Amino acid sequence: MGVVNTETVKHVAALARLHLEGQALEQIAAQLDQILGYVQLLQKLPTDNVAPTSHVLALTNVLREDTPAASLSQDTVLTLAPERHPPFVTVPKVIETSS
Amino acid sequence: MSVDSLAALTIHELHSLISAGKIQPQQLLEDLLERIEYHNGRLHAYLSVDPDRLHRQLEDQLRTRKAGRLAGIPITLKDNLCVSAEEITCASRILRGFRCPYDATVVQRLREEGAVIIPRANMDEFAFGSSTENSAFGGTRNPWALDRVPGGSSGGSACAVSADMAIAALGSDTGGSIRQPACCCGVVGLKPTYGRVSRYGLVAFASSLDQIGPITKDVTDAAILLGVIAGHDARDSTCAPVEVPDYVSTLQWPVKKLRIGIPKEYFVEGIDTEVKAALDEAVRTFERLGLVCESISLPHTPYAIATYYLIATAEASSNLARYDGVQYGYRSATNLRQESSSNGLLEMHRRTRTEGFGSEVKRRILLGTYVLSQGYYEAYYLKGMKVRTLIKQDFDAAWSRCDVILTPTAPTPAFRIGEKLENPLQMYLSDVYTISANLAGIPGLSMPCGFSREGLPLGMQLLAAPFKEQKLLQIAYAYEQATDWHRRKPTLSRQQIAQSK
Repeated sequence: MGVVNTETVKHVAALARLHLEGQALEQIAAQLDQILGYVQLLQKLPTDNVAPTSHVLALTNVLREDTPAASLSQDTVLTLAPERHPPFVTVPKVIETSS
Repeated sequence: MSVDSLAALTIHELHSLISAGKIQPQQLLEDLLERIEYHNGRLHAYLSVDPDRLHRQLEDQLRTRKAGRLAGIPITLKDNLCVSAEEITCASRILRGFRCPYDATVVQRLREEGAVIIPRANMDEFAFGSSTENSAFGGTRNPWALDRVPGGSSGGSACAVSADMAIAALGSDTGGSIRQPACCCGVVGLKPTYGRVSRYGLVAFASSLDQIGPITKDVTDAAILLGVIAGHDARDSTCAPVEVPDYVSTLQWPVKKLRIGIPKEYFVEGIDTEVKAALDEAVRTFERLGLVCESISLPHTPYAIATYYLIATAEASSNLARYDGVQYGYRSATNLRQESSSNGLLEMHRRTRTEGFGSEVKRRILLGTYVLSQGYYEAYYLKGMKVRTLIKQDFDAAWSRCDVILTPTAPTPAFRIGEKLENPLQMYLSDVYTISANLAGIPGLSMPCGFSREGLPLGMQLLAAPFKEQKLLQIAYAYEQATDWHRRKPTLSRQQIAQSK
């Protein structure tokens, strides 16, 4: 193992809201290590004076007329939610109960 | 014209027949559904097909629309393109059962031309893959050899077009996902210039690389479909306000003296000898047609795959953060409502994503999250964006020497099912020839240019400068007129035609 180990992968998984353990964790760590090892070949290229490209089109500040138009109704959108209590989407409790 | 099934015909052939009143769109849809029903169990090109809904759609279309460029013609869509009221899953458990509340812009444009929309062609989950094996609902087979993959990620679309289970299809291409499956299945695939086609209603993978394009039986159909779907759309701020030329009427423009560049970096180790021989033969055909072929250099080619897998995974990890079990899609069945701590929500996100995503999706999300995380951003993501500049500059410089660039589409013919599944890096390397076009934002077209000894299709790729699809199509059309690779069909189809008589 060179670039990443299981601890790093656990940390990254927590950031990505994924849970990994046991053999699956070991396997994915080995695979990520192999891929990142391959990616190291970019380090050979000098790029100090190269500007990054995040986007290929020379478009900036794309604006359109701010014209009111119909959008999806609240009902339509709510029917897509896995759990709902109209007009709200339901989620597990996020506020600590004081005890 | 003598045909066994209308499903074997192209858009332009069917359009003439329908316009002349020689066939009815109902008969065409019947023929197509019959073939789908016969072959889909084995090939699994479609995740699901609902004949009744399609018949109703056709009736509605015929009642309300005047004759368009696609009047009465069914067009198949990859399962990552939104069709109002239809299920769309991106071949992922996390979206199973999700019905889209709106039409993608490309779908709207197809409808305006009278097309019948057939949704749900199989794909790699969230378009992550080069073999369609990563579909959460089972892979697609290659119609030319059932033990081979159809390529990916638009493998369902390419398989359907090749096996006459579709007249034509739309796919999406982030690193080769239209061109590589088209190559594996012996059909035409076109990835337009970034910004040529609106991405509104395409489920996002990597937003600076994704582009929707046609997969068709010949070059003329690719020109027709591109003409329908291209053009500015206010709902996608990255869709370029560039005029759409008539791609069809210019197909027959002379190609003599046009220059083809052959990048020497694409013909090094790893290329299959039969692929190489087919490309050499294609060069001779182009020279006979009066085009001028010369060797060029794209020096940063060896860095393309590494660059792509940094940028694409970074963007994907960010785009897929939206699947959190709150507003739509799957939510873990574990009841966390009674959880008294604030961890309930976090735990719900974690369980939903862990249960909902397949292993390749997790791998790419983790890779993308890693390269964007604190301490690694500069070494990986920023580095990737800088090398992307160098790759783009290679192409910018090449256009002063040539009109199009000719390369293989894939280093080998379609590989065996399971062959690369355990080794993600090997799978990534099969995109070696297609990835640069996405990084540089240029258009690329794959078309058949021969067959291997085992009878598998071989493909070549033509690349052009941004918004020069017209030139790409012209040269591809000239080649197609001089060859007959595009007329060959997998034996599977002939058997079925014989049996159905």
